[in-house]
Amino acid sequence: MINQAGREIPDEHLVDGIEVFQGQYYREEYEYKKAGPKVKASIKPKESKLVENLREAILKSELKDGMTVSFHHHFRDGDYVVNMVMDEIHDLGIRDITVCASSLGTAHAPIVRYIEDGTITGISSSGVRGEIGEAISEGKLKNPAYIRCHGGRVRAIETGDIHIDVAFIGAPSSDEYGNARGKGGKSDCGVLSYAMVDAEYADKVVVITDTLAPFPNFPPSIGQQDVDYVVVVPEIGDSKKIANELLRFTTNPRDLMIAEYATKALVNTPYFKDGFSFQTGAGGPSLAVTRFLKPYMIERDIKMGMVVGGATKPMIDLLEEGLIGAIMDAQAFDLPSIASANSHPRHFEISTSQYANPMNKGAFVNKLDYVILGALEVDTDFNVNVITGSDGVVRGAPGGHVDTAAGSKCSIIVAPLVRSRIPTIKDSVITVTTPGESIDIVVTEVGIAINPRRKDLLEALQGIDLPIMTIEELRDEAYRLAGQPSDVLFEDQVVALVEYRDGTLIDVIRKPKKISFDL
Amino acid sequence: MNLLHSSIAGTVESSDIQIMISPRKEGIELILESSVLSQYGAQIRKTILEVLKRLDVKNAKVVAVDKGALDCTIKSRVETAVFRAMDQKENLPWEVM
Amino acid sequence: MHPGKKRVRRTMMFLNAHRAGLVKDAYIYKPDSVIFDLEDAVAENQKDSARIQLYNTLKYMDYKGTEKLVRINGKESKHWREDVRASVAGGCDGIRIPKCEYRSDVLLVEEEVIKAEKEFKRPIGSTLLMAAIETPMGVINALELAQSSERIFGISIGAGDFMRTMHAKRTAEGYEMLAARSQLVLAARAADVMCFDTVHTDVNDFEGLRKDTELIKNMGFDGKSVVSPKQISVIHKVFSPSEKEIDMAEKVIYGVEEFAKEGVGVFIVDGQMIDIAMVEGARRVIDLAKASGVYGGEL
Repeated sequence: MINQAGREIPDEHLVDGIEVFQGQYYREEYEYKKAGPKVKASIKPKESKLVENLREAILKSELKDGMTVSFHHHFRDGDYVVNMVMDEIHDLGIRDITVCASSLGTAHAPIVRYIEDGTITGISSSGVRGEIGEAISEGKLKNPAYIRCHGGRVRAIETGDIHIDVAFIGAPSSDEYGNARGKGGKSDCGVLSYAMVDAEYADKVVVITDTLAPFPNFPPSIGQQDVDYVVVVPEIGDSKKIANELLRFTTNPRDLMIAEYATKALVNTPYFKDGFSFQTGAGGPSLAVTRFLKPYMIERDIKMGMVVGGATKPMIDLLEEGLIGAIMDAQAFDLPSIASANSHPRHFEISTSQYANPMNKGAFVNKLDYVILGALEVDTDFNVNVITGSDGVVRGAPGGHVDTAAGSKCSIIVAPLVRSRIPTIKDSVITVTTPGESIDIVVTEVGIAINPRRKDLLEALQGIDLPIMTIEELRDEAYRLAGQPSDVLFEDQVVALVEYRDGTLIDVIRKPKKISFDL
Repeated sequence: MNLLHSSIAGTVESSDIQIMISPRKEGIELILESSVLSQYGAQIRKTILEVLKRLDVKNAKVVAVDKGALDCTIKSRVETAVFRAMDQKENLPWEVM
Repeated sequence: MHPGKKRVRRTMMFLNAHRAGLVKDAYIYKPDSVIFDLEDAVAENQKDSARIQLYNTLKYMDYKGTEKLVRINGKESKHWREDVRASVAGGCDGIRIPKCEYRSDVLLVEEEVIKAEKEFKRPIGSTLLMAAIETPMGVINALELAQSSERIFGISIGAGDFMRTMHAKRTAEGYEMLAARSQLVLAARAADVMCFDTVHTDVNDFEGLRKDTELIKNMGFDGKSVVSPKQISVIHKVFSPSEKEIDMAEKVIYGVEEFAKEGVGVFIVDGQMIDIAMVEGARRVIDLAKASGVYGGEL
């Protein structure tokens, strides 16, 4: 069946009530009963939930073949937890496991062999970077992978689309009774937002830490009332890779140009007034926008009412200068943000559900005025691809892209027109991650395109000294420079399903065909 | 035009292409590796063959390692490799290139 | 006169012609001119490669109206003649001759350029020339160089080793360049050609760049060479006329036109005496204003 984004979804995946994508607000007022975990009461007092080691914890959690385990990715490229746990699960001979991670990255390449040998037969994740993505694209995973954005993962868990049997929650510090925090240890990550839904909805919850804190380790991100076992390991991760020392400000002149145009466009839209809300990513141009906004804010005496994070140092600086009212944080990227989270009186940790779940009673993304986002590809319908690379292999992550674009009043894509010969703006994206109706402005170093749906923004930016072009003109310029690209060729086999935040299917990813141009 | 010996031109820097060319008895052999093979492999091959044809090189083995070079650069590197393989440094036939 | 001889040239950006990643879209940073470098930036064993890429870039890439100049190798090298052939065959707008000291240095290149224009069927006279001065003797002969050929659109001072050759020391006020800059701007004005200042090598020192640019602009220089795109907007801002200056320029141009109808050649505007001699300067201001994107009038 063809969905509203123009993509063909094979009928064999439209079972058990799964529908095709029918618009970003299609499921407005959708009613459901929340799912819940099976809980074993702990009435008899006990001093501690500590178990000897991971193996013990897995055995006690009664993990069996065919079950689902979950992980968060607050430790980013420095994570040791996923590999540690999967090694143990494999060694215990448990098979046919579904891994429900908030994201998987290059640090998790070692689990590819578990995909190959059938230990892991299902994956739900936002990111599928590096070798894991390659393995999925080659069709090595038994069941098609589910690519879910942050809000979508929470929705899937809270509605019961996914049931987590055992959640493994890495924590920088925990007490013996399971109160876990994102700080107080050897490798702090600041917040544990992604893990909160796991703790509340998984049948069994195992906290893994390398720093045992005195009881009670308060205020906890993960509470003792949800935790079954606590395991102490030598190291939960590589602290240098968990927190970027300092995200470097880009000095790339192209990125700076893009950021300047994006900032100039933003400040000329009607939402730029005192108390505006804002979110941006950690990539080159995105981070630079945060810096470039400051002089405009000071000149017009405008403060940011709320920033939703991913938090980074430039934001912390603005917070400390009194230019931001509050930071609502779902992920801390660097050391300054980690230190500020839960210490600064206006820097708050929020759960991923509070942040982006489309099916609760109102998430923070709905209160956003602006979001600055990246893109691998954008097509002439303004659809965005952040998952598949130019060769058709899965290598990216939707993250909060889909959620923030849908919720914000003005979503702005920042990207170079062409990346190493690959046009960013093209006729049709390889994979639709975020539908065009959610994207308002596209900024490249060559020109800016405004979604024709947004006549109000077109009017606001008329007469401003900015290179406004149509999206077709941007595509033409990209093709003129790089040449018209050939379509990437795929086999029929579906290797991954791209789920929209509301549970409908917005696209499928197939196995790329092997090609050669040798003579 | 016949190549006197093998030669190399270009680099493996982003947006460049490295061309290694060597004499061959008969015909053109091409081995193409590219970071943008899916989308531009066909175009890259076309450009390389066109340049060889224009310079009247009928027999050569070409090994190309491409990192997203535009057609203009591909043309430049192939031409450079060919002229180096013929030890020709000056009086290039610019009007045919 | 060649139509491009007096165009706006606030910034001239050097590009290593061998580097594919640089030449593919350098125009996006909007310098007024680019200088494809075949000389100092290019290693000896890549001169041929740079030259071929230069030719293809000139011939086949659309640089969107940015002026395309080429810095050829010096007359002591074995490369410069082929550099000229490639540049003219590719259709460059002009050639920058390094290390000029005497009139004969320019004439030597001009002769080769004429040969190439004939060989490649380019209109005779279509290739402009620029003399880059890098030595004390060159500075002393600045007027001779500026007047050496009809094709010369400008002269420039390249600091490089200059300071050491002069036994000078770097100062905040720029005294080490004072002698050279003064000579150059005088020669340029006397010969009615443009003059350009040297590259600011510390690419991250924007405040120093701005100060330097203010200084040379006030002396009368037309522009400055750059090595990094990041330097372009700083320099363009300095050369961007103020609203007051634009206003006055319009008054001069319209005023002279109006008063001329009544046979009046001199008049007063805002307490200042205006005559037709000021029109040229006023037009320069309007051209700069247009180039800077700050002109909204109808001239």
